[in-house]
Amino acid sequence: MSTVLESLRVLLGLKPSRPNSDRVAPEVKTAYAEKRKERLTKARLLAVRHEHRKGCCNAWQRRRWITLILVNLLFVASYRFDVQILEGALTASHFVGFHLAELNATLQVALASRHLAFNLLLGATTVLVLWALLGGRTFCSWVCPYHLVAEWAEYLHLWLVKRRWARNITFHRGVRTLFYLLFALLALVSGYTLFETLSPTGILSRALIYGPSLALLWVAALLLFEVFVSRRAWCRYVCPIGMTYGLVGLLSPVRVQYNMRNCHHEGDCRAVCLVPHVLDVTIRGRAQTMETAIGADCTRCGLCVDVCPTGSLGFKVTGLGGTPQ
Amino acid sequence: MWKIRWAAGPATTAVRRAQNRREFLRTAALTGGVLGASLLGLIPVLGGTSARHRPPGAIKDPLDEQQFLAACIKCGQCVQICPVQAIRLADLLDGVGVGAPYIEARTQACDFSCDGLQCVLACPSGALTHAIDYPAQARMGLARLSRPEACLARQGKGFKGLARGPAYTGKLRYAEVDRWTPIPVAEHPYDLELCDLCVRQCPIEIRRVQCAAGTPPSGDPNQCPPRPAIALEPGTDGQGLHPVVKDGCVGCGVCEMICPVTPAAIVVDIDRVSKVAWR
Repeated sequence: MSTVLESLRVLLGLKPSRPNSDRVAPEVKTAYAEKRKERLTKARLLAVRHEHRKGCCNAWQRRRWITLILVNLLFVASYRFDVQILEGALTASHFVGFHLAELNATLQVALASRHLAFNLLLGATTVLVLWALLGGRTFCSWVCPYHLVAEWAEYLHLWLVKRRWARNITFHRGVRTLFYLLFALLALVSGYTLFETLSPTGILSRALIYGPSLALLWVAALLLFEVFVSRRAWCRYVCPIGMTYGLVGLLSPVRVQYNMRNCHHEGDCRAVCLVPHVLDVTIRGRAQTMETAIGADCTRCGLCVDVCPTGSLGFKVTGLGGTPQ
Repeated sequence: MWKIRWAAGPATTAVRRAQNRREFLRTAALTGGVLGASLLGLIPVLGGTSARHRPPGAIKDPLDEQQFLAACIKCGQCVQICPVQAIRLADLLDGVGVGAPYIEARTQACDFSCDGLQCVLACPSGALTHAIDYPAQARMGLARLSRPEACLARQGKGFKGLARGPAYTGKLRYAEVDRWTPIPVAEHPYDLELCDLCVRQCPIEIRRVQCAAGTPPSGDPNQCPPRPAIALEPGTDGQGLHPVVKDGCVGCGVCEMICPVTPAAIVVDIDRVSKVAWR
């Protein structure tokens, strides 16, 4: 239970707690002690990295991009080419007869109109169960079209930062919780779905399906902000959709799992992560148990699994056994 | 455990406090910026510039679209189902109306060629209310002869040729041509001694004719509109016949779409609807 609570705290924007040394498992203490004896040299780390990169090439990222593109193409094809499998847009749709409704959009509509249509309730329930099973924020990295373009913009941002042509300004992560509450409150008070107006997820999904719109200018402005001012700002600090699915995934069986035994604590995983605070456990001395499930704010994008040179991070489906690497 | 770390603890150094302060200010600016942007979306609705001709069943008072915009989840399933592609989605200039469906009747009106109000059935959120089942129950607006002097019927003129010219892309269902599939208006020339296109193509009047002949649409007598929507009648000013909009008008906009003069002599007002209860 305490891990769920910790996961919630971090999701809401608080700093991950430091482990209580009484709670650290003896085997973990031993493992840390052994690592202290054998110091990692830079040459050794480079060699390990090099060895790792020979083997594979971002397998999870590839799978994820293909999935994300296919899901969005299914929306497009269902309308444009009359395939009729997944009709609608990401906010609400019909999948071979089943209603689907994006949860945050449903919440906005329910609060603004003070009414929840039965079909919407049905669609939202289906989506809730689906993403609770699949990992909550899995929606973000495996389906949301904005995530993909933001990921590309992020590469540009990092390239610029490396050359000192841009800076990464950070904000307090707790502001996303504030946005979540404010947008819910605004919908209720104003009677309009204000967040939907700004949501790059909805705008991009509709633009893909129904054709380009002026609203894409807002998405472009967000991307420019992320490229030149603040890395992945929308997903990290603003988007209430991410918050919603984070809550949905609190108890999800699909996790990234960390095993501290072989970890060099060099931080490659945190450097590529959209939400690096969830990987604080990979910092030397932070693990309490040999294996740790990564918290609910994790989007299960798999970048850390791809980048980890020691195979210390892997996907784990509770009840199905682990799938390391 | 739940303490937010902006609250500077005793161990905090002056540098750390300054950093925290700057982070707080940056975060406040971000909050203000994003909220400000979202509130800009209210300008078009408060200014009334986002009011539009909505699909059948849109829950709104003629003058107040708030309920409709609040309930619409902006998914476009109504767009996808419409057999004449009458429905489009509003863009950024509509503010919070972005992604909400509307109809541009002059380009492509709703001619109810689906009979069953498919957009209403497709709507998951009830923004297009399931309380209506038949075209005659819709209250989308009300037609008005806006330029009587341009009306061909009023001048006693006929009409021969393509109502909207060869380049016009709009479609209508002509039951006598194809009961199921709407065809381009540009493929359907007319030859009328007296122009009565607005009456002839009115979906309500078409149904009334079918019902009078004992063949209601889909064989369903419920499809029969109880009241007339438009008719050619003699004017009081000594001029010839001209179209008179009746209280059975649902405001679908087909008359505005098909009117052969430019700009159309008859238009749909979206800020008023027939006062006759549809139930």
